[in-house]
Amino acid sequence: MLAEALILSAILFVIGMLGVLVRRNVIIMFLCIELMLNAVNLSFVALSRFIGIEGQIYVFFVMTVAAAEAAVGLAIIISIFRHYETVDVNNFNLLKW
Amino acid sequence: MELDFTSSADYLWAFLPEIVLSVSAMVVLLVGVFTEDRDPPAAGDPSPLGWVALVGILLAGLANGWLHGVETTGASSMVAMDGFRLFSNWLFLAGAGLTILLSFPYLSRQRLQIGEFYSLLMLATVGMMVMGGTRNLLLLFLAIETMSIAAYVLTAMNRRDRKSAEAGLKYFLLGAFSSAFLLYGIALVWGGTGSANLPEIAAAIQAGAAFSPLLIAGMALLAIGFAFKVAAVPFHMWTPDVYEGAPTPTTAFMAAAVKAASFVAFVRVFMEAFPALYESWYPVIWWLAALTMVIPNLIALSQSNVKRMLAYSSVAHGGYLLVALAAANETAMAGLLFYLLVYTVMNIGALAVVMIVSGHSEERMQVEDYGGFGWSQPLLATIFTIFLLSLAGFPGTGGFMAKIYLLQGAVESSLWTLAITLAVVTVISYYYYLRVAWYMWMRPAPVEGAHTRVWAPLPMRMGLVGSAAVIIYLGIFPSGLMEGARVAVGGFGRAVGGVLLGLGP
Repeated sequence: MLAEALILSAILFVIGMLGVLVRRNVIIMFLCIELMLNAVNLSFVALSRFIGIEGQIYVFFVMTVAAAEAAVGLAIIISIFRHYETVDVNNFNLLKW
Repeated sequence: MELDFTSSADYLWAFLPEIVLSVSAMVVLLVGVFTEDRDPPAAGDPSPLGWVALVGILLAGLANGWLHGVETTGASSMVAMDGFRLFSNWLFLAGAGLTILLSFPYLSRQRLQIGEFYSLLMLATVGMMVMGGTRNLLLLFLAIETMSIAAYVLTAMNRRDRKSAEAGLKYFLLGAFSSAFLLYGIALVWGGTGSANLPEIAAAIQAGAAFSPLLIAGMALLAIGFAFKVAAVPFHMWTPDVYEGAPTPTTAFMAAAVKAASFVAFVRVFMEAFPALYESWYPVIWWLAALTMVIPNLIALSQSNVKRMLAYSSVAHGGYLLVALAAANETAMAGLLFYLLVYTVMNIGALAVVMIVSGHSEERMQVEDYGGFGWSQPLLATIFTIFLLSLAGFPGTGGFMAKIYLLQGAVESSLWTLAITLAVVTVISYYYYLRVAWYMWMRPAPVEGAHTRVWAPLPMRMGLVGSAAVIIYLGIFPSGLMEGARVAVGGFGRAVGGVLLGLGP
């Protein structure tokens, strides 16, 4: 049971990672990062069956951090949208990547 | 006073500097809301809020000094009370204090929200102090996020500037991306060893009780996450863009304090939790160090924008520091702390002069714009020259002694290739540092009278003179600070149980 859950979490993490690397829309990249964090949450919950309840507590911390990150991240995305009127990273080329 | 870790009230005392600094940050925020927003100062007037913030930093420093004399009993599972933590706290407080002192004219000149800027800077410093002072991986993650989220906002602070917004976005995306790696690493290490506390992880590995596939994968992910955070090649792509686009005080703060905090956490996790796996992580760090020393130094040679050049230089300095982690002995660790302190002071100082030269609309960033600066502003130019020489590692400056200690550490662990690479790239780096000094003193100004009026009020000049004096002092009398660093690492070494010594291949 544990192995399946960990493999699923690894697959979700890799999907999120590929999404960040391949997609060019900032909102989608940001959602892929959230997917990566939640894949980790799945690992925490799965492992907590064998190690201890603290794994489930960690998930709450991670969710809080993800919420804080979303607040700041969306604010930054709005601020850049006001300058460029787009959320496609290919257009943000004032600084060389 | 004696702290007893069996009672939870005493944990509050153990976190006293962090608590004092958080409260001060809230006070700065509130004072800013009630004074600046109602009655914003005219552009160019230094705001009194900076002094309030400096008092907060000073109080946190007092609390940190008080912690030096505190004895502890009982096992502290999450809080480290060792010299490593206290030394790194000094480092972060010095970085934050210098940034505040040197950003007085900048914030009002660019019309940024001063109260928000200072309070976020202080909250980021709280995150750093927890990063240096925790022995628990999850608390470490929370501390890194406290620091990073504040740093994202500081980067994107100048809302009127496209570059700042773009830099903020890039920093945010790559920062959050790397945090996810770090978190996955933490989850797997916790799953593999059954504990998130660094000493218990080390004990589980020592006893052979760890489930190694999870542990090794987790360690690799932690290394990737930290490599992003310390901007090691090939995970450095974000650094030059972010450092160039961010408001210059933020750049100084990120290049110095944020990087120092990431290094302190990197070192603590790998030295305290994984000393028994040194054989498996050392080659990775070796390659990261070698690449990070060579590539940014070569790219910096071709940079004409001084701020971007300093960004590449800061990546290269990260490479020198990674040599210390690869060497992993006591001299190298003490050298790392010494280097971080010198680097913080000289880098913030150099970027403060960049801030002065760039002018009101921040258009003067090219190396040609430094022409004639020397003879029209002799004091500032002399100080800038000292910082550049120290960054280059010229004999007689603190930067030189710091590199000598790192070399000594590398040689003690017989890392000959890395030691030679370090020496060679240092000589290469002379070219791009000295080119700025050459333009400053030897070339005419691009426009007549370009530097006759600069915006550098007294507190800023005092901060610059003080930093330059520290750099020169540490170049001539380094042994006092080095002894302090050795004592600090000694406490850390004992925590690892003496595995630090005699490990190198």
